[in-house]
Amino acid sequence: MAKIVVDGVEFEVNPDNNLLQECLSQGLDLPYFCWHPCMGSVGACRQCAVKQYKDADDKVGMLVMSCMTPAADGSIISIEDEQAKDMRERVIESLMISHPHDCPVCEEGGECHLQDMTLMSGHNYRRYDKKKVTHRNQYLGPFINHEMNRCITCYRCVRFYGDYAGGTDLAAQASHHHTYFGRHEDGVLESEFSGNLVEVCPTGVFTDQAFSQHYSRKWDLQTAPSVCTGCSVGCNTIPGERYRQLRRITNRYNSDINGYFICDRGRFGYDYVNSDARLTEPSQQFDAEVVPIAEQELQSVLEEFHSGEGGTIGIGSPRASNESNFALRCLVGDENFYSGLSDRSQEATQLVLKLARDKVFHSPSVREIEKADAVVILGEDVTNVAPRIALALRQSVRNKAKELAAGCHIPQWQDAAVRELAQHDRSPLAILSSYATRLDDVASDCVVDVPAALVDTGFAIAASLSDLSGAPATTEHNAVAERIAAQLSAAKRPLIIAGTTAGQTGLIKAAANIARALSARSEAAIDLCLLVPEVNTLGVSMLANNDNKLSEALSKLASGAARRAIVLENDLYRRADSETVTAALSGLEKLLVIDQLPTATTSQADIVLPSTAFSEHEATYVNYEGRGQLSFQVHRNHNRALPAWRWLNDSEPGDVEAMINRCAEEAQGFDKLDDLLPDIKQFVAGMKVPRQSHRYSGRTAMRSQVNVHEPKQPVDSQSVMSFSMEGIPSASNATVLGSVWAPGWNSNQAISKFQNEINGELKQGHTGSLLIERTESVSSFYTPEAAAQESAKGVLQVAPAYQIFGSDELSARSHAIQQRMTDAYVGISPEDADSLGLKQGDSVSLDGNGTLATLCIRSRIRTGTAAVYCGDNQINPHSLGATLTLSKSETISDDRGISGLIVSDLYEEGY
Amino acid sequence: MSNADVIASSETLARKLSADEIAEIEHEMTLYPDKQAVGLEALKIVQKHQGWVSDESLLAIARYLDIPVADLEGVATFFNLIYRQPVGKNVMLFCDSVSCWIMGCEGIKDDIKNKLAIDYGQTSEDGEFTLIPVPCLGDCDRAPVMMVGEELHRNLTPEKIDEIIQEVRNKK
Amino acid sequence: MTRGPKQLAAFEAADGYQSVKAIARGLSPADVMQLVKDSGLKGRGGAAFPTGLKWSFVPQGENSPAQKYFVANADEMEPGTFKDRLLMEGDPHLLIEGMIIGSFAIQASKAYIFLRGEYKVSERALKKAISEAYTKGYLGKNILGSGFDLDIIVHTSAGRYICGEETALLNALEGKRANPRAKPPFPQVSGLWGKPTIVNNVETICNLPGILTYGVDWYRGLTKGNDHGTKLYGVSGKVKTPGCWELPLGTPIRELLEDYAGGMRDGLQLKAFLPGGGSTDFMLPEHLDLPLDYDEIAKVGSRLATGTMIILDNETCPVGMIGNLMKFFAHESCGFCTPCRDGLPWVDGIFNEFENGRGNEKDLQILHEHVEYLGPGRTFCALAPGATAPLGSGLKHFADDFQQHIKDKRCPYRH
Ligand SMILES: Cc1cc2nc3c(=O)[nH]c(=O)nc-3n(C[C@H](O)[C@H](O)[C@H](O)COP(=O)(O)O)c2cc1C
Ligand code: SF4
Ligand code: FES
Repeated sequence: MAKIVVDGVEFEVNPDNNLLQECLSQGLDLPYFCWHPCMGSVGACRQCAVKQYKDADDKVGMLVMSCMTPAADGSIISIEDEQAKDMRERVIESLMISHPHDCPVCEEGGECHLQDMTLMSGHNYRRYDKKKVTHRNQYLGPFINHEMNRCITCYRCVRFYGDYAGGTDLAAQASHHHTYFGRHEDGVLESEFSGNLVEVCPTGVFTDQAFSQHYSRKWDLQTAPSVCTGCSVGCNTIPGERYRQLRRITNRYNSDINGYFICDRGRFGYDYVNSDARLTEPSQQFDAEVVPIAEQELQSVLEEFHSGEGGTIGIGSPRASNESNFALRCLVGDENFYSGLSDRSQEATQLVLKLARDKVFHSPSVREIEKADAVVILGEDVTNVAPRIALALRQSVRNKAKELAAGCHIPQWQDAAVRELAQHDRSPLAILSSYATRLDDVASDCVVDVPAALVDTGFAIAASLSDLSGAPATTEHNAVAERIAAQLSAAKRPLIIAGTTAGQTGLIKAAANIARALSARSEAAIDLCLLVPEVNTLGVSMLANNDNKLSEALSKLASGAARRAIVLENDLYRRADSETVTAALSGLEKLLVIDQLPTATTSQADIVLPSTAFSEHEATYVNYEGRGQLSFQVHRNHNRALPAWRWLNDSEPGDVEAMINRCAEEAQGFDKLDDLLPDIKQFVAGMKVPRQSHRYSGRTAMRSQVNVHEPKQPVDSQSVMSFSMEGIPSASNATVLGSVWAPGWNSNQAISKFQNEINGELKQGHTGSLLIERTESVSSFYTPEAAAQESAKGVLQVAPAYQIFGSDELSARSHAIQQRMTDAYVGISPEDADSLGLKQGDSVSLDGNGTLATLCIRSRIRTGTAAVYCGDNQINPHSLGATLTLSKSETISDDRGISGLIVSDLYEEGY
Repeated sequence: MSNADVIASSETLARKLSADEIAEIEHEMTLYPDKQAVGLEALKIVQKHQGWVSDESLLAIARYLDIPVADLEGVATFFNLIYRQPVGKNVMLFCDSVSCWIMGCEGIKDDIKNKLAIDYGQTSEDGEFTLIPVPCLGDCDRAPVMMVGEELHRNLTPEKIDEIIQEVRNKK
Repeated sequence: MTRGPKQLAAFEAADGYQSVKAIARGLSPADVMQLVKDSGLKGRGGAAFPTGLKWSFVPQGENSPAQKYFVANADEMEPGTFKDRLLMEGDPHLLIEGMIIGSFAIQASKAYIFLRGEYKVSERALKKAISEAYTKGYLGKNILGSGFDLDIIVHTSAGRYICGEETALLNALEGKRANPRAKPPFPQVSGLWGKPTIVNNVETICNLPGILTYGVDWYRGLTKGNDHGTKLYGVSGKVKTPGCWELPLGTPIRELLEDYAGGMRDGLQLKAFLPGGGSTDFMLPEHLDLPLDYDEIAKVGSRLATGTMIILDNETCPVGMIGNLMKFFAHESCGFCTPCRDGLPWVDGIFNEFENGRGNEKDLQILHEHVEYLGPGRTFCALAPGATAPLGSGLKHFADDFQQHIKDKRCPYRH
């Protein structure tokens, strides 16, 4: 700790940071643009000027940029100094010279850092009367608008997009006051993190295109703290609603998970909530006829399911909340409750859960992943499965640079200097994968091979770390395996990543062996990050009985051993092969399906009940770490949809808090779930927290076509939040921070006012509760399995492949995401394509059974592998075996093409 | 414009680098430890052979060196001696800095403008000359100065401008 | 320049490459560094930083990075500056010998000459000289059996004044956009490709062979003033015989102007002059008897900088002259930091208004404000502060001329 004096007041600060960061940490107002809390300083904008004095006797002082000056012990500075203030006013004046002053029509207006800083710096009279510089804007794809004329040249966009997120198609162009930020030509921004530009840009150059289509000012949105349901990372978000439509999603800072950034699936994948296809009312289906169920009939129609008589099978879902799954379990009984995962996923997930209880391992949070100094990924395509973690891994490889910088006494926040010093020196990141991944550009080693060979390599790494882990079949990758093992054992904080999506439990076991071997060496718990695909995969698996396999449920139904089934928010055609599902569903007597949107499964139901979407209910989910998180309701559903648990709850309707409490009490492993609930007594005078801002407008006008009287605002009896402006908003207490705002800070950068310190935890906020306790040593070294085998000529080994845009069932039904989706594809090597006589983009039939896909030739995939795209319903991966054959088909599979694939190795003739 | 269209349009753009260009680029590879440095060299090499750097050339270099085309464009558009638009066979780099200004370069510029009917950034109708202003050419004791191709011309007068133009036209 | 470059034989005959032979005979890097420190040589690139001291910041020894770089800054683009070109065109081997000395002192095995792209004659001369030096064993592996290796590569720049700023130069050499880098860390610690690097001006480097060959005493004896050695001085503008001469430091301005440059052209009077390129403050006829020395010029609020003088006569419009410089600086801003990128074009725009008879008091006030706003410490590098030198001093010395423009609504110097 160091002491500094700011305008006569002494503060305790961290000398490893710069003055700007420390002043902001102390809650002082000091304007800035180019500095970003997690991207450090470059000193470009000159907005953060302060006066620094040599000592107490120095009355003259010198202007310095606070972001480029260390907060050294004994520093004396002044923010209020006239010269410093004048400098800051001049800087803003310069920045505004060519600015179009189009705030009224700018999507950033009202939450614009440039507006805030202009006010803060006191520039309020325009003197510049010469010509402005103007720019041409670019088409950047379906997510992002480009309005270069609003640019203030802070370089944040390219620093985030390129330096931080590894994107290569956005760069600074030209120079002097013509400097331009864009692509080399019009075209879709390739990075899967492009949406963060909207929040990183301090003005309105990059704005949310989906939001523009149904735009509202920030203060007119009804918002609440939420959790992204796009994957198992569980990033925190702030969805905003107006006029009964969900209009956008922005990042909600969580110091352990997403920090300041989310991925484009999370940001742009919400639109299905507004879809016309949403299920709106309970209905009964008789053959082709759909008949709504009137309110008064409901009781009797559902009676047979609510009676609790044996014989009802309940199939839960990894995309449903804990409460809904738990309610279903209560209704049908433990023995009849199934997780709804495919058999294979269930087996892998149970293994994950078992390892999650073992104390030799630790599940790293995203923040902790960033701290890893040597990483090995076994089989998972992290970018497409858990995108936010891929962004964290890009930061982890920079730990080497930070270490080098420390050796040269270069502060970590000197962003450009640290990069310049380290050049291409990175911490090791080894990737074992069936095909090239988006992280290969920062990887130290990439082993690309058929799935079984990856398992062998994984065990080989473990074997070179410990004799106990058993000798694997020798593989051609032994030398690499040894190198990786050496890197891991030399690291201070090694990280092993595996998961269930690669479809090989052997990889998870190999990962466990590696971590166990490292733990034995270092006598510390080792970071073992095991990824699962969906928002609540772990939650539902914690609730379900290990032995209850989906295949058994389906065969009980097919055989008539069970006559009724309730399917909770799950399309079974994504969980098992189509024939088996059809046989089961046609074999049973009565099928009740609860869901938000129609699926292949709802179309077979006798009774369909509509459920609310993530933003329409309060719910808890368990992320990949075992972290339970609470997501608040943002807005009401105006149809007859209910939270799924409400349909299932046999007792009184009850409120969601009661449901969460009951789950905490009764469900094993969920006892800390109720910690997530905020206590209304903590808030000012026990007042609720409003979901609408104090500036929320149009409350009367927005319903004027119905009635000019302002209606009574709906009461939310369920939650600590209210559906109106009434109540006391979070001022500094961030427990229920539904919108980030502080006096003078209208943009998202107001978040610093809610942090304990910059980049620290939110004041009184909740980062979630780790539900799974590591008390035991439940496992030991696994014996190597699955030696790779040559397959016959023309027979390809199947490796599942995922896409950030498309593989997630719900976000794939959002308009913006659909514009980035591709055809279902099968990826093979150029050699295999050659020998099969196939070309890029050909339509191919899988196993000659009529399932179609587009052929994608990838330059870095092992010959003999077929990467099969899972998701988007076109290919049912469960209908495929471990190997497949391909033949050319004349029928065209789809019209989306494959050029938008998020892969790094699309093959091109001649290159 | 759809995603697929945009990607397809750039794919058809890249041209093939000539053997000479490749040989020179490969030589530069031996002089710099990093291929980003070679990127700038490659722009100069291609410009030497083609007269300017077209979109097709830009893409070709980016592909050949496997460096991001956006970065390469950022570099190409930063430096004033990389031409991203076609230029005439003889680029007139006309010094408009302070010593030349004192010595009357503006009159000489007007003279060129009249004789060739071109202003800064323009190419004469016959495609022979492009007039570009350049910062101080380091020949201030013999101002006004201009470079035409690789030749430096000093103590410019309207008569000298006639001679320069004539010489180039005679060579045709 | 009409005569060709000095040939290798002639160069050797005039004690050329003696210093390299001395190194081969056992002079150590520390010895070389000490000699240069003792000589008192200050950088000739503009900032006048002591060369030996700069070198001593390069980390040496076991734990320092093995690769170090030495770079000759031959980007000469400062308006009114024409000295490095003469050295390279006239005596390329002198630069090479100097680079061997500098590289040896800091133990750099690779050196680059960052040469202005437009300097085609220099490029040819240097490339030829380098290949001769390789043939004679002055360059390459194990130079003259000394155990020291050195390769020199000529890098031709793709333009832009900012590349002369040493850290922007490094970015340009790395093939990046030539924005300057933050200091600290200084290039001596983290320079080219993150490795320890020394950047010296061509003229600075050309001083080194003399210091090593003839000794520190000889070198220190050359001066007429407080600083040591000689300096290239240039004069441009409306004098009788503009040119560039090597003279002892401390030579009086009047001597340079009247004896060497032949005085003002007939009928013209000296109104003011920039002593060392476009980034220096105007000096007045009353300063003519000052010696051309770093400290003496600094005392009257200007800088010797590159030592190449630009003469303003009484028939040239000072407002136009400053406007020309402002246009240059505005255009050459790299675009990284706000005051320079957006402040200079405003300044330039105001000068345009003055030029066209639309100058007014309000704009004049804005010019005054920009002198402070673009000053040292406020911008990221020294480009914009360089622009404030002629701007600030010009506003002061030529206040009447500015007023005249406002009053007449036209340039009073235009007929
Ligand atoms: C905008 C700007 C342009 C410069 N241009 C040159 C130049 O063309 N040549 C040069 O030698 N130094 C130039 N310098 C100075 C260099 O940054 C650096 O100080 C010099 O090369 C160091 O060499 P020295 O120590 O030998 O003087 C420039 C500085 C600035 C701020
Ligand atoms: S002062 Fe700023 S904008 Fe100007 S050249 Fe230097 S860094 Fe670039
Ligand atoms: S925030 Fe300090 S210079 Fe931009």
